[in-house]
Amino acid sequence: MSRQADSSKKSSRETFGLPAYLAFGLVTLFVFLLCVSVGSVSIPVKDTAGILIHALLGKAVPENAQTSILLSSRLPRVICVALTGASLAVGGAAMQGLLKNPLADGSTLGVSSGASLGAVLAIAFGIQVPFLPFAGTMVMAILFAFASLILILALAWRLDYSLSTNTIILIGVIFTMFINSVLSLVITFASDRLKSITFWTMGSLSGSSYANALVLLGALVICGGLILLHARELNAFAIGEDNARSIGVNVRRVRLTILIAVSALTGVCVSIGGSIAFVGLVTPHVVRMITGPNHRKLLPASLFGGACFLLLCDLAARIIVNPLQLPIGVVTSLIGAVVFVIIFWRARKEKGR
Amino acid sequence: MSEEKILLEARDLSVRIGTKDILQDISFSVSEGDWLMIAGPNGAGKSTIVNAVSQGIHYNGRILWKGEDLKGIRPYLLSRKLGVLTQNHSVGYAFTVEEVVRLGRYAWSPNFFKGRAEEDESRVDRALSDTGLTELRAQNVLTLSGGELQRVFLAQLFAQDPELLILDEPTNHLDMVYQKQIFELLSEWLKRPGRAIISVVHDLSFALACGTSALLMDQGRARGFGDVRQVLNDRTLREVYGMDVGAWMRGLLSEWT
Repeated sequence: MSRQADSSKKSSRETFGLPAYLAFGLVTLFVFLLCVSVGSVSIPVKDTAGILIHALLGKAVPENAQTSILLSSRLPRVICVALTGASLAVGGAAMQGLLKNPLADGSTLGVSSGASLGAVLAIAFGIQVPFLPFAGTMVMAILFAFASLILILALAWRLDYSLSTNTIILIGVIFTMFINSVLSLVITFASDRLKSITFWTMGSLSGSSYANALVLLGALVICGGLILLHARELNAFAIGEDNARSIGVNVRRVRLTILIAVSALTGVCVSIGGSIAFVGLVTPHVVRMITGPNHRKLLPASLFGGACFLLLCDLAARIIVNPLQLPIGVVTSLIGAVVFVIIFWRARKEKGR
Repeated sequence: MSEEKILLEARDLSVRIGTKDILQDISFSVSEGDWLMIAGPNGAGKSTIVNAVSQGIHYNGRILWKGEDLKGIRPYLLSRKLGVLTQNHSVGYAFTVEEVVRLGRYAWSPNFFKGRAEEDESRVDRALSDTGLTELRAQNVLTLSGGELQRVFLAQLFAQDPELLILDEPTNHLDMVYQKQIFELLSEWLKRPGRAIISVVHDLSFALACGTSALLMDQGRARGFGDVRQVLNDRTLREVYGMDVGAWMRGLLSEWT
């Protein structure tokens, strides 16, 4: 038995203190600087930090190739990668709590594929929102993400109310395959206007701009904030929906709120960087091993963890086959598939006991 | 007993799933100090009553709390009035015992920004010690036995501090030592004024020993509601269960030497 001898002691506090945030923040900052520095043209971390601080303070920066690469292409990309990682991770953590299933995530459920289809349709048919450039793609991605989520869950609930792991995976796989074939069809017919199928199924954040970063930040602040505010409710769902209802959680309202927030996050991320798989699956799983399952710690830690994970994946995608670049999803899927098998294995073993 | 105060009242409660009538026109009420036993064979609709009262499924008819329709009461306010112990407990993640029990205080501080009050602390501590879980408070719930887990959720319910407890087979999974402990705990809990308990039971001897009133269910219909001894009489039980329950149980006990 693994009972601790000191288990009668009061358990530690349920939320993070300043030191924990500081530690997570510093690690993320370090990874961030590393990713800005390293690439096809490497710049020493010290110089990078110097240039960034100068640029931030509005001081003049030396005009050379290094600075120009750093500020105009690498920095916005790395910012977008960090924000996308944080968004996908916190969305994944929320879904895993809500559905009480450690394998639930935008990519395993097929929600990101749905969002891709929405975005592709918007571009192919020129759907636009008046006065807001790019918004058409984003709105369609969000709507399709939400519709996919509702469709998948409705189907899953119909088949198996307890939403067992097998049902969810099966439906996610079938849904993803179906959507991807429709996706290929649309892209074949409108290839002049659309990025390659690889972008939509594997994702890439190369060439993203500061404007993209701003949109991602906005989505993360609003939707991520909404999710963080529901940490206690997510704890209750993670224990069981019946239990959540019993202790007084407004089950319907909270479920709808979380589903909308996750759809919006997924939709925004996909419309900017394509569908990057497994980030929302791997990060919360690893973070849970450090923080435990309590969402008051898990969610904020997943923000930092997701940013770090995707930053490192993006770095790998940039330098492994230098000077070529891999789509970022290739790296996340390589790692994610392995972790997926591990989680599945463990979940099965636990059930067998 | 002239000034009985009714806490919960169900009027013509019906539940239909698809084309199947799970519950048909069930009416009952619970007053302060009552311990209502819901009995009946498997599939009689006992757990469905619990689900309906906890607003977990759609139902027709009305359920009233002190005259006010439950459907109009906000979930967190409802949880201050009635707390439910459901039957299936499977926790997906490695929460600690204390984290699960602490969630019982949700109804009293649904606002995210409100800090942990002193009262929350003492209620959680009390609930843990009442259920004998103080030693296990930092234990991972995935490592607990079925009986220990049942006590964790009972502790959560005590921390929630409602006026009415609704228990779906509260002594399920529990060995006799803890069954006795839980009975004593619940009896003690019930002594405070303004409280009542509804429990779904299989054990009819327990129903007769602890219950004040009973609702006997058979295939979605009520076969009787009222005083526990009048409802659970030998003749009705024989009809509902299709066997002489009383004779069998007396026979079992006579083996005891």
